[in-house]
Amino acid sequence: MAKIYVNGDEQEVQLPATVADLIQQNNVAQPDMVSVQVNEEFVDREEFATLQLNEGDEVDFLYFMGGGGGFTI
Amino acid sequence: MFDFTEEELNRYSRHILLQDVGVEGQEKIREGRVLIVGAGGLGAPVAMYLAAAGVGTIGIVDGDVVDLSNLQRQIIHTTPDVDKWKVESAKETINAINPHVKVETHREFLMADNALDLVKEYDFVVDGTDNFPVKFLINDACVMAGKPFSHGGILRFEGQTFTHVPGSACYRCMFKSPPPPGAVPTCSQAGVLGAIAGMLGTIQAAETLKYLTGVGELLTNKLLTFNAKTMDFRKISVKKTDKCPICGTNPTVTKLIDYEQAACDLHK
Repeated sequence: MAKIYVNGDEQEVQLPATVADLIQQNNVAQPDMVSVQVNEEFVDREEFATLQLNEGDEVDFLYFMGGGGGFTI
Repeated sequence: MFDFTEEELNRYSRHILLQDVGVEGQEKIREGRVLIVGAGGLGAPVAMYLAAAGVGTIGIVDGDVVDLSNLQRQIIHTTPDVDKWKVESAKETINAINPHVKVETHREFLMADNALDLVKEYDFVVDGTDNFPVKFLINDACVMAGKPFSHGGILRFEGQTFTHVPGSACYRCMFKSPPPPGAVPTCSQAGVLGAIAGMLGTIQAAETLKYLTGVGELLTNKLLTFNAKTMDFRKISVKKTDKCPICGTNPTVTKLIDYEQAACDLHK
């Protein structure tokens, strides 16, 4: 098992694993909406299924957050 | 050289006492022109703190009226303001807080055809909007015009914010394009704890004052996120990317775009 840091927290991950595998393992809601950084570099969505993770990688999942104003339904 | 009156020196004394601010910093705040897009959950605390701080000119863009359901978090508006134009209600509150502030009201929504002209008039822009089409529009207009801005978003118990200055990571560096309409919930669909708007809005107000005075380090190339359920705050380092569709080396976004928004978010 390898140690990978997901949003700052250490996680045990069985390698080989891709970004897509890590998204699945973390039960990310709406995986097609998440932005991913590996070691502070953004990863193209097209590379999620192919980019291999390595021991010690720091992965950030960034989510859309769209509220703030005052529209009413 | 600084022509503050006794009343102003007294009003701003807690700023002036700060070594990093002083009379010089207070003068920079007074000379500041800040545009707040959206007089809602985020725009309310931003406008109130910037007014109290003595920002010389505050522009507010909002084409909406105050609804009873806004009052749970949009603290610049009060119960008698229901059905008033938000920009007018906000202006009244700002004037009551600090009559030295000049308020420029823009009773319209920010769109592709007015965004550039509006942001060009100001030194700093605050995103206090609640939907992705306008968040991307603010980003694109500010990047094109070379204007700094504070991005803010809240949902349920969470918030996120970053500050952009020319050359630092922009919203599209992090999120290339808006989610399809309805794919990601907004506050009007999913709800938000009212105080979260205050937590995030006051961070945006502080960033604005830091920018105007040049004090401290801005949230540039950082995305600050928090979850009020656990009170976990996290600052994620982000980088401007060459592949960014607007600030990258081969930009594909070359003009402003009015993206479609979810039908349920459209006003009434």
